[in-house]
Amino acid sequence: MWVLAQAIALLFWSSVAVWASETTSASRHGTNIFAPASTPAKSITNLSVFVLVTTGIIFVVVFALIFYSVFKFRARAKDAGREPAQVYGSTQIELAWTIIPILIVVVLFLATARVIHAIQDAPEPAGAVDVTVIGHQYWWEFRYPKLGIVTANELHIPVSDPGHPTPTFLQLLSADTDHSFWVPELAGKTDLIPNHPNRMWMDPQRTGVFLGQCAQYCGIQHAKMLLRVSVDGPEDFAAWVRAQQKPAVEDAGAIAGRRVFEGNACMNCHRVDGTSADGHFGPDLTHLMSRATIAAGAAENTHDNLRLWIQNPSAIKPGSLMPAMKLSDADLDAVVSYMETLN
Amino acid sequence: MASDAITVPVGQTEARPWVDELHQWLTTVDHKRLGILYIVSSLLFLAVGGVEALIIRIQLMHSHNNFVSPEVFNQMFTMHGTTMIFFVAMPVLFGFANYLVPLMIGARDMAFPRLNAFSFWLSFLGGLLLYFSFVGGSGLYGAGSAPDVGWWSYAPLGARAFSPGHSSDYWTLALLVSGFGSIGTAINIIATILCLRCPGMKLSRMPLLVWMNLVMAGMVLLAITPLSAAQIMLLIDRYLGGHFFDTQAGGSAVLWMHFFWIFGHPEVYILIIPCFAFMSEIIPVFSRKPIFGYPVMVAATVCIAFVSMSVWAHHMFTIGMNSYANSFFTITTMVVGIPTGIKIFNWIGTMWGGRIQFKTAMLFSIGFLFQFLIAGLTGIMLAASPFDWQLSLSYFVVAHFHYVIVGGILFALFGAFYYWYPKMTGRMLSESLGKWHFWLFLIGFHMTFDVMHIPGILGMPRRIYTYEPGRGWDTLNLIVSIGAFIQAIAILVFLANLIISYFKGVRAGNDPWDAWTLEWSMSSPPPAYNFATVPTVESRRPLWDLKHPEDPDSRYE
Repeated sequence: MWVLAQAIALLFWSSVAVWASETTSASRHGTNIFAPASTPAKSITNLSVFVLVTTGIIFVVVFALIFYSVFKFRARAKDAGREPAQVYGSTQIELAWTIIPILIVVVLFLATARVIHAIQDAPEPAGAVDVTVIGHQYWWEFRYPKLGIVTANELHIPVSDPGHPTPTFLQLLSADTDHSFWVPELAGKTDLIPNHPNRMWMDPQRTGVFLGQCAQYCGIQHAKMLLRVSVDGPEDFAAWVRAQQKPAVEDAGAIAGRRVFEGNACMNCHRVDGTSADGHFGPDLTHLMSRATIAAGAAENTHDNLRLWIQNPSAIKPGSLMPAMKLSDADLDAVVSYMETLN
Repeated sequence: MASDAITVPVGQTEARPWVDELHQWLTTVDHKRLGILYIVSSLLFLAVGGVEALIIRIQLMHSHNNFVSPEVFNQMFTMHGTTMIFFVAMPVLFGFANYLVPLMIGARDMAFPRLNAFSFWLSFLGGLLLYFSFVGGSGLYGAGSAPDVGWWSYAPLGARAFSPGHSSDYWTLALLVSGFGSIGTAINIIATILCLRCPGMKLSRMPLLVWMNLVMAGMVLLAITPLSAAQIMLLIDRYLGGHFFDTQAGGSAVLWMHFFWIFGHPEVYILIIPCFAFMSEIIPVFSRKPIFGYPVMVAATVCIAFVSMSVWAHHMFTIGMNSYANSFFTITTMVVGIPTGIKIFNWIGTMWGGRIQFKTAMLFSIGFLFQFLIAGLTGIMLAASPFDWQLSLSYFVVAHFHYVIVGGILFALFGAFYYWYPKMTGRMLSESLGKWHFWLFLIGFHMTFDVMHIPGILGMPRRIYTYEPGRGWDTLNLIVSIGAFIQAIAILVFLANLIISYFKGVRAGNDPWDAWTLEWSMSSPPPAYNFATVPTVESRRPLWDLKHPEDPDSRYE
């Protein structure tokens, strides 16, 4: 009877799984590992399906054996007081159930090793985009060494046309603790470890925003170290690069806010290109308004959120390393208006 | 076979003052009492670790929940993991090993009774030290604070720069102290099994439980020592200016990972092998057949132990090892599946052609078989390293190892409780409460841990105190949390059963299950000295020989 209950439970949960994956794939770009949009993620999905099917078959066979033996060999009233035949083992059967698993393991290993090699040992083609990703408690720094761009939390990369591939190669570093870069629909995750540079790559084949987040526990706000990858068409990407390469906009109307920014500790941690603010502990703010979110994706980049964030970062992200500067309301408004000119 | 039970004269059992009784328990060197102390202390920690799990589950019931702060949440998952591994799972298994090994090999005690007591008190006080951090930890905000760096305490998060105060030190010292206790117990188990077997108890006649605990103890020696070394290195880093794991001074974060997982993976087998041992005793008795393929079971156990020493870096597939290392740890990890599969087949072979009695202990054993099968298969998925690059550090992996630890280890342990409780207390556990316990726990378990795989596939990382709405994780997490509460209710039923049956349970007699190993030849509970006359055995099932003189096992050896 209990086995029947198990089977029903199994059916139920697998339907839950299907329902869940349907609801997420219907929304924008979720983070389903079975909805890959780039070569490494696709080859992982193909391997995964192969492994799932193989293990699924093993499950069905062994489950049937357990089910059958439990059901068939249950004690019955007519057997009372009698012991069954005492069987101690059988060399032939033992050999059979040793050799078959060995063969399965060999096949699974060969299939896996092929994918490991294809992903990890892929050479970097000439047209590739290089990005250095630096993990910080609790945000992402993105530097494009060949393009001279520094930005944070929202990675922009070009879409890759299979006929004319422009993959992006990431060099992964950490400024403090361990982090892990995970955007499930683009690639498997790779850790960012201090003193241990890592590498990964992706070549997304459709445009859009792909979500992800830090996957390696890195401290109090590990949960709100979110990640967005914007995959742009070739023209959009070129336009984005041109915009990011410019120094910060100088808006005479925001001069009061800029004075507050530069007169307080803000500039010790943040950089605004073209001004005296050249800090490196926090995100580069030169083109802050080009980003859709603040606080590593913890809040939308709106006027109210920006103001709240500067006034009291803990209200959005308790444990964030940005201190509350305790600015007067007037100074706060001035800084927020200054920030809003940085597009 | 001359191991007739000695009944203690009534005059000797009259009630002593409770202070005397307490004194007896605190100063005991009797392996049976120490076994029970191990088991009871781990039940206490189980309750604490369970409450921590429930706090985690309440917080994750829906997105942007504010039940606890991120600081508290991080402490909860750190303490939950540390408690369950080091102060529940290991002690409870050591407790059963302590209690059963001498009885099964016809010995009067462990080889080193005082070391045994010392080891128990080290592990127990290690646990208390860990929990003292809640009041004495002087964490980040000057208040008492428990460790919050995760149960791996990955470098450099555990370094002083990122974990100031003393909360991490409580974690380090608690594991170091209890680690010495584990090493002491391991030495004791090995010495006992090798030196104190009764006449006729050749290695090839030892009950599988004894064999598997021998292997487990050997693994403890190999696995706990690097952990203890790493804890000492971490202390040197934190207080004596060392730079082993100090990445800012050229140290290596990866070195800590290697140290931790070269302990951490064998640890899984240290926990599961004694559970294989329970299964290898319980399934034959309730199938009324001897274990199928005894020599193969022993060989498979030793094989698992060897191979499991070379799989540790499958916990590190995402750290950027080269493709050769990833391939190596993929193949070694998959290879472990072979001897493990052999065991599952042998248990099925044992049931095949038997007359299976569905006592609660057997129900839990069948649950174990089914769930351990699934845990093993998700383990194969995780072993395929590219698949692991997606699944690792996600809720899929959390679901996988809870499938091993709860669906496998805990189910096997519950089976062991129902099976040996009569021997330990002299009373049977209630079968009707037992069935409630089993079914509730089974439903709760599957609600929680079947569903928990899915958020991982949908990109939910582990160890996050909250998550954004609209990711498709809300409903799933709610189901997971409800399942956790059903499991908690089942555990309460179990604890109630333990207590009620202690006072009101049916008297067990010597051998309530009609079983075949030596512990069932003596009174329940056994006298302090175990065997009045040291028994002599002639086969793997001495009591079968005694009950079936016309067809003894010894004829087939």
